[in-house]
Amino acid sequence: MVTLTIDGREVTVPEHTSILEACRTAGVKVPTLCYLKGLNEIGACRVCLVEVEGIDQLVASCNNEALDGMVVKTTSPRVRQARKANVEFLLSRHDTACTSCVRSGNCSLQTVANDLGVTSLPYKVDLTHREWDMDFPLIRDADKCIHCLRCIQVCDRMQNTGVWDLINRSSHTAVGVTGGAPISETDCALCGQCITHCPVGALRERDDTERVFDAIADPDTTVVVQIAPAVRAAWGEPLGLSHDEATVELLAACLKQLGVDYVFDTSFSADLTIMEEGSELLRNVAEHPGELPMFTSCCPGWVRYCKAHHPEMVDHLSTSKSPGQMFGAVTKSYFAEQAGIDPHKIFSVEIMPCLAKKSEVDIPAMSDACGDPDVDVSLTVRELDRMIKAGMVVPQQLEEVELDDPLGTYTGAGVIFGATGGVMEAALRTAHAIATGREADADAFKDVRGQDGWKEAAFDLGGTPVRVAVAHGLGNAEKLIQAVNNGDATYDFIEVMACPGGCVGGGGQPIHDGEERAEERGEVLWELDREMPLRRSHENPQIKAVYDEFFGEPLSEKAEELLHTDHHAWKMPTEA
Amino acid sequence: MARLHVMERSEAQAVMDGLHTALEHRLSVSSLAPCPVEFTAAYIAMCATQSCGKCTPCRVGLNTLHDLFDEVLENRATPATLDLIERTARSIYLSADCAIGYEAADMALTAIRGFRDDFESHVHNHACGFKQSELVPCVSGCPAGVDIPGYISLVEAGRYTDAVKLIRKDNPLPLVCGYVCEHPCEMHCRRGMVDDPMNIRGLKRYAVDHMDQDYVPETCEATGKRVAVVGGGPAGLSAAHYLSGMGHDVTIFEARKHLGGMLRYGIPNYRLPHDLLEQEIGWILSSGIDVELEHPIDDLAELKDFDAVYLAIGAHGDNRLGLPGEDAQGVISAVEMLRAVGDEMPPDFTGKRVCVVGGGNVAMDVARSAVRCGAEKVTIVYRRRVADMTAQDEEIAGAEAEGCELLELHAPVSIEANEDGVVTGLRVQPQIIGGLKRGRPAPRDAAAEEVVIPCDIVAVAIGQKILSDDFASQGIPTKWGRIQAAEDGSVAEVEGVFAGGDCQSGPATVIRAVNAGKVAAGNIDNYLGFNHEVSCDVELPPVQFKGKTSCARCEMTEREASDRTCDFDLVEHGLTEEEAHQEASRCLRCDHFGFGAFRGGRIHQW
Repeated sequence: MVTLTIDGREVTVPEHTSILEACRTAGVKVPTLCYLKGLNEIGACRVCLVEVEGIDQLVASCNNEALDGMVVKTTSPRVRQARKANVEFLLSRHDTACTSCVRSGNCSLQTVANDLGVTSLPYKVDLTHREWDMDFPLIRDADKCIHCLRCIQVCDRMQNTGVWDLINRSSHTAVGVTGGAPISETDCALCGQCITHCPVGALRERDDTERVFDAIADPDTTVVVQIAPAVRAAWGEPLGLSHDEATVELLAACLKQLGVDYVFDTSFSADLTIMEEGSELLRNVAEHPGELPMFTSCCPGWVRYCKAHHPEMVDHLSTSKSPGQMFGAVTKSYFAEQAGIDPHKIFSVEIMPCLAKKSEVDIPAMSDACGDPDVDVSLTVRELDRMIKAGMVVPQQLEEVELDDPLGTYTGAGVIFGATGGVMEAALRTAHAIATGREADADAFKDVRGQDGWKEAAFDLGGTPVRVAVAHGLGNAEKLIQAVNNGDATYDFIEVMACPGGCVGGGGQPIHDGEERAEERGEVLWELDREMPLRRSHENPQIKAVYDEFFGEPLSEKAEELLHTDHHAWKMPTEA
Repeated sequence: MARLHVMERSEAQAVMDGLHTALEHRLSVSSLAPCPVEFTAAYIAMCATQSCGKCTPCRVGLNTLHDLFDEVLENRATPATLDLIERTARSIYLSADCAIGYEAADMALTAIRGFRDDFESHVHNHACGFKQSELVPCVSGCPAGVDIPGYISLVEAGRYTDAVKLIRKDNPLPLVCGYVCEHPCEMHCRRGMVDDPMNIRGLKRYAVDHMDQDYVPETCEATGKRVAVVGGGPAGLSAAHYLSGMGHDVTIFEARKHLGGMLRYGIPNYRLPHDLLEQEIGWILSSGIDVELEHPIDDLAELKDFDAVYLAIGAHGDNRLGLPGEDAQGVISAVEMLRAVGDEMPPDFTGKRVCVVGGGNVAMDVARSAVRCGAEKVTIVYRRRVADMTAQDEEIAGAEAEGCELLELHAPVSIEANEDGVVTGLRVQPQIIGGLKRGRPAPRDAAAEEVVIPCDIVAVAIGQKILSDDFASQGIPTKWGRIQAAEDGSVAEVEGVFAGGDCQSGPATVIRAVNAGKVAAGNIDNYLGFNHEVSCDVELPPVQFKGKTSCARCEMTEREASDRTCDFDLVEHGLTEEEAHQEASRCLRCDHFGFGAFRGGRIHQW
């Protein structure tokens, strides 16, 4: 432990603690813009400067260790002036059109500038106006970038992808796509983690809300919305709702208020995914014992990464579509039939914690039900929240409504799809029942939960040993694949989610700068699961009904046609 | 009013002079990473400040040129802009009245031609295409990529053994390099912007001189693979060390009586004492490396039982002058002389006058050795100027201090001999220095008569040859004697054979040879089907930001010249404890601050 003095207060912190974290321990507020604990402690923005006795210059508190006997001042005139000057420098290279920025009100630069009392700009504003492909799901506005370099670190170190880099030097240093390539020609997985870790509005999703508003406004169109499991853990955050208040039923009420015709739950098709993927797994283990593992395919960010970086593994991806796509296919076939609606007049919307889904819905092969895209629009949770606000909907004044029938029924297994380990656990609950004919305790497979980046476990499914692994965050997935490729690890079934913590930490979720909320949101899902009367996908009565009435059985010809896909039917830009 | 004024230095002029000196300091810290376009643009802007403003091309043209560079940097340029830049620079070059203008334009032309690819990358991709990147300046400047800030921090903390351990992760010859490394790292040291670059070699030497006791090198589990290393110089020793550490069974075949290659047979004892060299080699061998001394390899078939072969035979042949009289008695080659010195059998030059032909480090080594062999007079004859000598400044100064005469601008014509065929003198033609030719000023014959320098010995030190003919005849590809190997050290045509060091690069530095050996070791390991990682578990002390402080560099001192010329004992004194700690504390820790903070300041394993 080391003891130092911060603004006259003695603080004791463990060795190797940064001055910044020591200040936080002492309850001393220090502004930051570039700092991301553990990932970007680089002293780039120079806003966290403090004064350290004995050193003439100011010290970046994020990038310097607290040492025994150190005397730190955080409020001296020099500190205040230097911090303010650095924010003014950043503002002279920042498009300050806050009124038309998605991050207005949730922008660290705005907050820090306000906190430091910046009331006018002493410097000439000089913006670069770099062009961007506005059709791509990920939008970057160079004029808002403050060069905190977090996106580069997140993409490189967390996600092992390297889409972002510094593309020029010295005064022309700019963050951009590596080598200046067009973004649509990169192997960007569209995990969206760069967006959720951006302190300002330089990175955002393509806004598709107007298309949904237009569909709602069209009297000839039936708007069907599905809500992904992880959405219920976060949608209320920017609207001032607690987790207890922000239920999926209240969200359904908001959507109905906006004019949506049917509100369903992707958790239903998560159950359907389990039936298909679980059966696929048991078939694979039985038919090809000892072969390379089967990977889950419900995360389109992971599928994109796998195709771009590990083409040798693509044939090991489950052919099951993601729950969102299964839902779309069922909506424009089974549901259209049941409800007597022309599927061409259905506008199918998914609300996802995800950016990659925006590219998934545009894959031409994902139009199996009636020839139109199975899902027309994928919205992030942030877009959903903007729609609620734009529709002047005040959730606090609404009563919860039940989700619609028949695709609104789901089990706890479907809900946990949104958290790391959830798909695996849901699959094992059902696979165990299919393999043994007996029900295992719903919590029997909980070893795959938790925030470790790479988890593994082995279970016995009626005499068949099944070795499973779970990775979340593409950097962790990469390590796992390397180990499998090198023969250092052997598994039968591997769950990969591109985002740390799973979809609850998804790149389409609400943003809280400097906070990682995946674990807390995941708990919401695990808690919902615990409280559900039905916790195994095969117990879902609607699942039983949809097989009885429509698909016959898992992996049937019809199921293969609507619920499975060929991962080779489309290519990543960098794929051979 | 007075008719004339005595020139006085105004305060403003003093400030201006100070800025110029600071600029010189700053520019002398060569950076490995600026964007070529950005650098040239700034260079032109700087040049424009020197314009008096009288003539058009300089006053207007240079700024116009700078604006065009800005267009490139601000992504407003098209391919036509590049042509316009070239045309503009050419016009300024052709028409400026004085050097301020035409030299600036000439630099711009050189840049746009030399960096054409990068200019085009800016135009087409709106991104700099210059790939070179500098994480930590000194580390980027070190061919072996030694973790310099890391070991300096350990020296500062008094942890000398740990410092040596950390160096050995990338360079198994810290002692050798502590004494004789050319320290290219120091050229890039950012501390040079403040006052002087760090004395990095001095700190390395301090660490090796003061480590507690040597530890035994760690080795991995035996792999059962056998590797032959041909040549026991720095490249061979380095490869052998890492390969042995990885668990391979290594045998070094050395043609001479002692290991060390040029460390022993090129560098005299007074710069690198043989007992210290032996100590370092002994440490390397202690991991269980087999050595076959006086076992030259002429026939690769002899090594057929090995799973891989590393050729590191160095450059031990001598270049001849090709002048009349060269076969006279008393003409010796540098290689021959230094080999004798290396084998502790120095020639006796008592009362003799020696002419050394050449201007490189080897020439200095020969001259200074000749002094120690009792020569009455030693003259270093060089066809260019002293300023153009390739020898390090401290070597030239050392030779001068020890009484060697430097005869610059004299080109040898022939060697004079008496009727018995014994050297009597060196005939030389005075030279006049001319313009630059391939970056160096070229001399030509001056309008003056040839002169004869009376002497008894002519030592020829004009470069070394690689003795690779035997291998060439066995299918090893060579070019001008150099063995042709790929970037990974592998010899394309011959399965399992790798090559590196002087025999591949041509005569170069110790640290480049060390790197060649390290690179070969890593790739031979992979070739043998393994992927052993080399790392170091030394934990570094916490980094402390010190802010701007002023403290000049401590230099090593030397024994008095009159004393040291009597023997072959070590000339240089190491830093004192006080000096070493002060010196270490000057490090700006670019591994932790600056770009190192962002991209990571160290490579933990390779």
